[in-house]
Amino acid sequence: MSKSAPEQSKPFAITLDVGSSLLNRTGSWRTERPVYLDRLPPCNHACPAGENIQQWLSLAEEGDYQGAWREIMKNNPLPGVMGRACYHPCEDACNRAQLDTAVGINSVERFLADEAICNNWRVEVENPPSGKRVLVIGAGPSGLSAAYHLALLGHEATINEAGPVAGGMMRFGIPKYRLPRDIVDAEVERIVTMGVTLNLNTVVDDIPAAMQAGGFDACFVAIGAHLANRVDIPAADASRVLDAVSVLRDMETGDTPPQLGRRVVVYGGGNTAVDVARTAKRLGAEPVIVYRRTREQMPAHDFEIEEALEEGVVVNWLSTVTGADEKGFQIEKMALDENGRPQPTGEFETIEADSMVMALGQNVDTSILDHLPGVEIADKVVQVDDNMMTGCEGVFAGGDMVPSERTVTVAVGHGKKAARHIDAFLRGDRYLKPSQHEIASYDKLNPWYYTDADKKLRPILDIARRTSTFEEVMGSLDRNNALFEARRCLSCGNCFECDNCYGVCPDNAITKLGPGNRFEFKYDYCKGCALCATECPCGAIEMVPEDI
Amino acid sequence: MAQIPESQQKVKFYQTGTFTVGNRLLDAEHRNVQATMDRCNSLDSGHRACQGCGEALGARFAIDAAMRASNNQLIAANATGCLEVFTTPYPQTAWSMPWIHSLFGNASAVASGIAAALKAKGREDVRVIAQGGDGGTTDIGFGCLSGTFDRNDDVLYICYNNQAYMNTGVQRSSATPGAARTATTMPVGKNPGNVFGTGKNVPLVAMAHQIPYVATASVHDLHDLEYKVTRAMEVRGARYIEIFVPCPLGWGSKPGDTVKLARLAVESGMYPLFEAEDGEITGVTKIRRHVAVSEYLKLQRRFAHVFKPDNAHQLEQLEAIAERNIRRFDLVSAEGEEE
Repeated sequence: MSKSAPEQSKPFAITLDVGSSLLNRTGSWRTERPVYLDRLPPCNHACPAGENIQQWLSLAEEGDYQGAWREIMKNNPLPGVMGRACYHPCEDACNRAQLDTAVGINSVERFLADEAICNNWRVEVENPPSGKRVLVIGAGPSGLSAAYHLALLGHEATINEAGPVAGGMMRFGIPKYRLPRDIVDAEVERIVTMGVTLNLNTVVDDIPAAMQAGGFDACFVAIGAHLANRVDIPAADASRVLDAVSVLRDMETGDTPPQLGRRVVVYGGGNTAVDVARTAKRLGAEPVIVYRRTREQMPAHDFEIEEALEEGVVVNWLSTVTGADEKGFQIEKMALDENGRPQPTGEFETIEADSMVMALGQNVDTSILDHLPGVEIADKVVQVDDNMMTGCEGVFAGGDMVPSERTVTVAVGHGKKAARHIDAFLRGDRYLKPSQHEIASYDKLNPWYYTDADKKLRPILDIARRTSTFEEVMGSLDRNNALFEARRCLSCGNCFECDNCYGVCPDNAITKLGPGNRFEFKYDYCKGCALCATECPCGAIEMVPEDI
Repeated sequence: MAQIPESQQKVKFYQTGTFTVGNRLLDAEHRNVQATMDRCNSLDSGHRACQGCGEALGARFAIDAAMRASNNQLIAANATGCLEVFTTPYPQTAWSMPWIHSLFGNASAVASGIAAALKAKGREDVRVIAQGGDGGTTDIGFGCLSGTFDRNDDVLYICYNNQAYMNTGVQRSSATPGAARTATTMPVGKNPGNVFGTGKNVPLVAMAHQIPYVATASVHDLHDLEYKVTRAMEVRGARYIEIFVPCPLGWGSKPGDTVKLARLAVESGMYPLFEAEDGEITGVTKIRRHVAVSEYLKLQRRFAHVFKPDNAHQLEQLEAIAERNIRRFDLVSAEGEEE
């Protein structure tokens, strides 16, 4: 026999060697390939401070509270303030709202921040000193945030604050019952101990001079918007007409609380109007909010209006204040026209009241920038470019004084953004924003896999104590329900290693790489059936056409 | 707010509960076999099943669970059919376990023989499984299967039910539902597709043999499936598990919808999940989120004709079957669906 041995060893009519099916690379059948990807969670996308919310919730749900807090601190140095005063656009964007109710991100953030204060957790500066000095004007949320981030980046930050205390609108704009002052104090102190210099009662009126005197390489201006808008009320006794900014400031710094009398009209429909009305209630007055449009059109957040109504604040919608006499204030009734705009009706009534507080918005005192060449002021606010820099080289601005939504969280976001651009400016560079992933919208999820779980609500103070004291209205979650709440997160767009893809592959074409390491496709065997992508709960697998 | 002591608070994994294959918040012993890195992959890669094959998926789920339950001391006899053809085109095999191919109709008899031989050798540690599709089980192998049940042989028979003879070109079996299009029940005439009022429900027939354990399972509910296989392996004597395995080829569905279809079949009431011991139903998997039968049907081309106005009566007949299943097996909780 001349035939070679291997051929002889094969059974009759067989051309292949005996072996495992692993020899058969079924990946060649594929027309689409599954690819793991990370999508941008809607909460992260919505956060004005750019927090990586999903990441810190994920740490919190493992019980790693310190790790979760440190993840927040990468982007936001004021989580205790955020957990109370933020209007949480993250929760409005949360995909879980379409399943049952949004994850209580704000309440978990507050829990983590309180744990941090309680345990005295600190942030260490790891970057070496850069030798650069930055002047920050204003110790509000924006200035504090900028100083914090500049310090983290190794720069020497000095905050000059005109007032006697740090905190800005966190202290003068948000009442105590929403944001206790010890929280502000603790979080400011933490920033100061990182090496930030805080000079109180220090007014800067000439920026170039101040920069030269202190040897500063750059400046961040964040003085906020403190000038109250006023309207003329005919025949009104000026002593009885106050503005919201000074009332709330007097609450903080005045020797005696503001004298509002027994009955007080609050004119305006924003959050500040509601804050003043609720403050007046706590001082023993009877507040009446007068607003010219309807409840639906009020700029104040609905939950704040609701809480105010619960506390006994009266609201007159569709009304304007037209005059005053010794008894009180004249109100004209309004009616909406076909365009939804309020129009006078000629119907008048008098509200008996001792005083009126105007809460009609605030403006920026831009005089500080008068000496600076190139700075542009338009629409009563300071114009900045994409890098947060004003028209004057090296002078940046943020917070309420630049065009934006005026909230604490936006201000904190401005501080971070400005710090990054100042850092790049100091290095003679430009900060480039990393590209964002596609948003993990609800249609990318497979909600079958998520179990029902009701939102854990924070305890609310009794009405009796809400109307007579300045105690905090909203309570905290405790360790048990904070953990539960964190676990309600759906992890939209980012693999949380549920093993579904690994399990549902009919071809065993996925390798599990072990805890924390996710998975890998075996493209030699994957037939491209898309079961993994369809059954992924959080939308972290995409099918991509093969080049054929 | 009442404070619950930590010790009394149940640890709840609300992110995905037990509905996903595994969960990193669960203890290792509560995870599915399929979630473990060292699962045995009894049915390995490189097999020639179609894209999105429910049977390949169901077989790996079931046999891996049985392997764990028997400490890897397992022999399987496999009837002719898709599962045998796509896993073992000679000389290759996708099975990483002792496995024997029988005829189309005698898998349970071969398994009974293996069980008898093991008994004679005193090898009680080695367990025996017979498996096949619905054709090899409910039609061709029915006599042998009934014999195994009758003798109460120590065999776990697993039927992968995809409701037709898929391997030979999608012909009707006695597990094909009414109205379904197959190569032998074409959608023509006044009552297109398979005839209503025919076929047999083998899980109920198995129960009538009073064998120790009978269960139905589905590839969409892995936790339930693995529980039932594990439970069956704890028992000696004849046991029967039927696993619902959608077939993209025979049903005319997208390969990526296989698990979804299994879920919709169960959630609509078309495929009830239950278990029975000694002929008595002992457990029912309740419907979690009730869906309309049409949600299940509309993803399959084999039922496309029931959505034509002339065939509305067929859709109604299918809905009536789902309603009867819900009533008969009490598939919806008294408190209503879980919400």
